[in-house]
Order: sequence, then structure tokens, then C-alpha cells
Amino acid sequence: MIRPLFPFGRLLAVVATFALIAAGCGGDDDNPSTVGASDAAELPSATLNASGATFPQAFYEEVIASFKEDHPNVTVNYAGGGSGKGRQELQDGLVDFAGSDGLVKAEDVSKYKNGEFLYVPTVTAPITVSYNLPEVKDLKLDADTVAKIFQRQITTWDDAAIKALNPDAKLPSTAITVAHRSDGSGTTENFTKYLVKAAPSTWTLKSGSTVEWAADTQAGNGNNGVAAIVKGTVGAVGYVDLSDAKASSLQFATLKNAAGKFVAPSIDGTSAALDGATVNADLSYDPLNAAGEKAYPIAAPTWILVYKNQTDKAKAEAMKGFLTYLLNDGQELAKDVDYAPLPKALRDKALAQLDKIVIP
Amino acid sequence: MTTTTPPHAGLEPARSARGDTAFRAASFLCGLAVLAILGLIAVSMTQKALPALREEGFGFLTSSRWAPNEGEFGALAFVYGTMIISAIALVFAVPVSIGIALFLTEVAPRRLRKVVSYLIDLLAAIPSVVYGLWGVLVLAAVIVDAYDAVGRVLSPVPLLGRLFEGPANGRSLFTAGLILALMITPIITAITREIFDTVPPGQKEAALALGATRWEMIRGAVFPHSRSGMVGAVMLGLGRAMGETIAAALVIGSSPRISAQLFGPGDALPSVIAFQFGEASGTYRSALIALGVVLFAMTIVVNVFARLIVNRGQEARAA
Repeated sequence: MIRPLFPFGRLLAVVATFALIAAGCGGDDDNPSTVGASDAAELPSATLNASGATFPQAFYEEVIASFKEDHPNVTVNYAGGGSGKGRQELQDGLVDFAGSDGLVKAEDVSKYKNGEFLYVPTVTAPITVSYNLPEVKDLKLDADTVAKIFQRQITTWDDAAIKALNPDAKLPSTAITVAHRSDGSGTTENFTKYLVKAAPSTWTLKSGSTVEWAADTQAGNGNNGVAAIVKGTVGAVGYVDLSDAKASSLQFATLKNAAGKFVAPSIDGTSAALDGATVNADLSYDPLNAAGEKAYPIAAPTWILVYKNQTDKAKAEAMKGFLTYLLNDGQELAKDVDYAPLPKALRDKALAQLDKIVIP
Repeated sequence: MTTTTPPHAGLEPARSARGDTAFRAASFLCGLAVLAILGLIAVSMTQKALPALREEGFGFLTSSRWAPNEGEFGALAFVYGTMIISAIALVFAVPVSIGIALFLTEVAPRRLRKVVSYLIDLLAAIPSVVYGLWGVLVLAAVIVDAYDAVGRVLSPVPLLGRLFEGPANGRSLFTAGLILALMITPIITAITREIFDTVPPGQKEAALALGATRWEMIRGAVFPHSRSGMVGAVMLGLGRAMGETIAAALVIGSSPRISAQLFGPGDALPSVIAFQFGEASGTYRSALIALGVVLFAMTIVVNVFARLIVNRGQEARAA
């Protein structure tokens, strides 16, 4: 199986997973010792395998490590590999649950081997528009301008459209270098979805995990690949998730949201976007360009997909235990790794969603 | 194992015949397994590629538009990119490799020869991702200035200039070709070195005795004897260059386009498969597998072609 490169920043998490797998090998016997578990309910011994979105992987690894301390008899392996891979493997029944940044297409729903599945929203994070202009500290952009920049209709930083948004800034005449992802990515998908939604008349490339970027743009592998291009090129601009943008100490633009306010990418701005988003009955929701004065417009959602009708009692109970943990104690770990926890209302709905899981 | 068998024991007719039959059957099965595995790979890949091939039809091979988000799948740009970077790799790697091999077999003192051979073999042991990371982090950043300089000098030249004009980009077809050249040099060197070693010393000495200089001896005795082997070595290198994934993917620029500009970005079949597979589903996934089928077919063609050349060379020598 072909696997994409691990982003370097996540190497530690990967090492941690291997350590966990190793630990799991020894702890799989049938005495469910709950040494160190304080108030945790006892879960049956089980190994849960999952794969999918790499966007929330750092957060999941964090939760898995902390869950393991409370429940040493349950091993969770989250393999990453991409949302598409996760969905495909859940569809074929190869994994117990899958992470996905996007929803399942209507025509694919019937292909899922074990029937109906549930969306469990887990966490969210902002995608920044990071730029490299040492002289310009607080760049303001709106969706139309971002769309024009990424479609190469605006090619220099002193363009009239950018000047109009930043009347006080000293904009240089430097050429703009656009950086985007070379690999198929949920980040690209959410970024382009935002442009489709917020700049419908300007953005023509539509949305998807890979779109047809102009030939005079630069491509980097993974969020940190894009961050590296922005970091290394004066005049470059790219879309990078907040934790990688921070790790590379990039500057990021404040974006005009649906309410007409300029908001910087932050955890709070993202939580505000979730408050302003409409949540559907199946818990799919779209926080992009959400209403609300404090909402940051490019908030990327992500879900865990599980089958409603489970076949293995021990696995099902362990999985429900893990997901409950992720939505309760796990949420507190989110901020440490630059993800925004779910607002209370959505979290309660997600927990209610878990009760729909049918355990044999 | 512990008891010493009398020396004639192995010669008993009944036992040796049984052993032979068993050995023949086992080796036949092993040989058959290779064919079976190859066949199964081809069948299952084609089967999974069918939905995309059916949807796109012949356009899959003739279109260069790759827009998965709009359901457009054309492989031509990737086929083009794969061929171009492999060609660049060969242009740089073949003369250098043959030069190194000649140096090692004909010129270098024995002690140096061991050290250099060892170092070159070491080059082959470096994982491709390391080449890729070096390429993208170091080479791509440094080489843009060189590209600019070459572009300034050569772009006014008619025809040839088309290759070097346009905005230079560190992540380009040319950079990918250079990285691949570095990666296939050890293979071509190792094989050609072995081949040059098999030239009978008598022939070389005869050439020298007739008053030939070292270069004349190499041209007259070493090359004719090694021609088919050298072609085989080059084709093996080409096979590796075409299939190399991560190293090329990191530096090629990932832009599906057909352009004569070698200093601009492009994309190759294995790179696209590796980078886009994780997020693909449905027809998109099937189209990526179809790219795999195309690559598979291309490598088979190259190998068959190499075999033909090698065979013809051997026949010509035998005649």
C-alpha cells in the first residue's frame, strides 16, 4: 500500500504510535486490569484499528495516548493515510472506524459493507492564509482577493485590490508566489470549498482534494511543505493549518468574515465559527464562512465515521468507550495541539450520536 | 548431518533421480510463480482501473487535463513527464556511469578501485526519500540561479532555446531528472563495471600490442565486447528512473502540463499515484490505478525492448 510521507512535525506522534503498538502486544491478555484508571468504567480488552484523515491525526494521537493510560487493555491504532483511504477502508470493512475531513458522496453511501454509518464530529481547526512579507505586519484580505491571488489574477502585492483593503500598510511591489499542496488533501478541499462559498463569482477552480492550479504556482508536500515554501520565499502566500503555520513561525492574514469583520485565525475564532454553523440531523455541518462577528471564515471540520450496527461486542464497547472519552476528556487536549474543541451544544449532540451505536 | 556418508552414497541412481525430479518440479513452480504473480497483478489492476477507463475511454491516454474534482482524468501529461525526466536522467547518468566504470576497470590503481566501488555501492543504498528531501530542501533552492543563468544564455538560440526559457523553478522536470540521474548512476556503474571486467584480457593486450593507445584499446576491444551488456545496464537504469516515486515526487513541482520548458514544473505517473491516492475515492481512485496500469505497460515495453537489443547483440557476436 502506498502511503504518503509523514509530515515531519508528526514524527513524534508516529513514534508514539509504534510505542503503543509495542505496548499493546504485551497488554492484550484477558485480565482487564484498570490500574491507574480513576473513574473510568471498565472496558473489554480490544484492539481498534482505524485510518483516515491526517489533518486531525496529531489530536487523535494525543487522545489515544492519554486514553491508553486509563484503559491499558484497549489498543487504538490510527494509521492516517488520508480521508479517502479511511472512507474506502471503512467501506470495505477493513477498519473499525475512519477519520474523514469530508462527507461521503450520496452515490457511495450504499456501498458501505455493514450498512448505515454515523458521523461523529470530533474537533476543528483553522486554515491560515500565510504569507511572507517582512515589512507588512497585519495583512487584511477578503475572500474575493484571496480567490484572485490563488488564481493568479493578482500577481503583485501592491495590486489595487490589496491596497484597498490595507490603506495604511506599505505594500511592496514584490511578485506574489502562490504555494499549494502537491498531495491530495482535505486541507485543499476545505480551503477551496471556502472560496466556492465565499467568492462564488470569482473562484472558478471549484473545490476538491486536488484542483487545477495554474502552472506558475509552487507545490509543496503536506502542510509543512507549503509552510517551507512560504518561509523560504519573500512574496509567497499559501494555505497552511494553524499548528504548522505556528511551528514555522509564519505570518498569517486576517480575513474578512461573513459579518464583514476582519478576524485572525485562532482557536477562539474557530469555536465561534462552529457556534454560527448550522448542524444537520446527521451531524454533518459546514463551519466555512460561518455567520457571527467573531467567526474565523476558514474553519475545517472533521469527523469520525462508525458503523451503526456493530458485529463484535467487545470491540463495539471499547470503541464507544474511546469515542466517549474523545468527546469528554479528550476535548481538553485539543488546544495543546492547536485544534479547537467542539462547542458544548455540538458535543452533546455528538455524544447522543454515540448512543445510536447498536452493540450486539 | 553428523554421520559421514560414504562418498559414493550420492551417486546411487534411485536417490539422485528422485532429487532431480523434485528439484526440477520445485524450480519450475518458482518460475511459474513469477509469471502467475505478474499476471495476477495485471489482471487485478486492470479490473480496478476499469470504471475510470470505461468512463474516459480512449481520452484517458490522449487527454492531458487532470481535474479530479470535475471528473476529468487524462494521463497524457504524466506519461510525458515520466518520459522527459527519465530521458534527462539518462542523458546525465549514462556518460558519467560509463566513465566511472572505465576508470575503475582500466585506469584506477587496485587500491583506489576498491574504495571507489564501495562508495558508489553506498550511493545505491541511500533510501530514495533521502534523495528527495535533499533535492527539495537543498538542490531546489540553490539551483534556481543556475537555471536562470542557463536560461539567459540559451533561450535566444532557436529551437533549443525553447527548452530553457520561461520562469525557472527549483521544483521542475529538470531537477527531478537530475535527482534520478544521481539515483540510477550506481546501478548503471555497477553493471557496466562487471561487464567491462568480462572482456578477455587477451583481446585488450592484443590491441595494446598492436600499438593502440588506451582509448583506442577501449574503443576497439572493450566497447564492442560489452555493447549489449551496456544497453542492458542502461535499460535497467531507465526502468528504475521511470518507477521512482518519492524522490521525483518531491521535486517535480506537481503540475500536470505538457510543456517544452524543462525548468518548469511537471508531473510523473508514480508521483501522482503516491501523492493523490490517500484522498481519492470512487472513479478518482480507479483513475489512479489506471495510471498504475499505464506505468506497468510502459516498464514492460522498456524491458522487452532492452531484451531484444541484448539478444540481437549476442546473436550478432555469435555469428
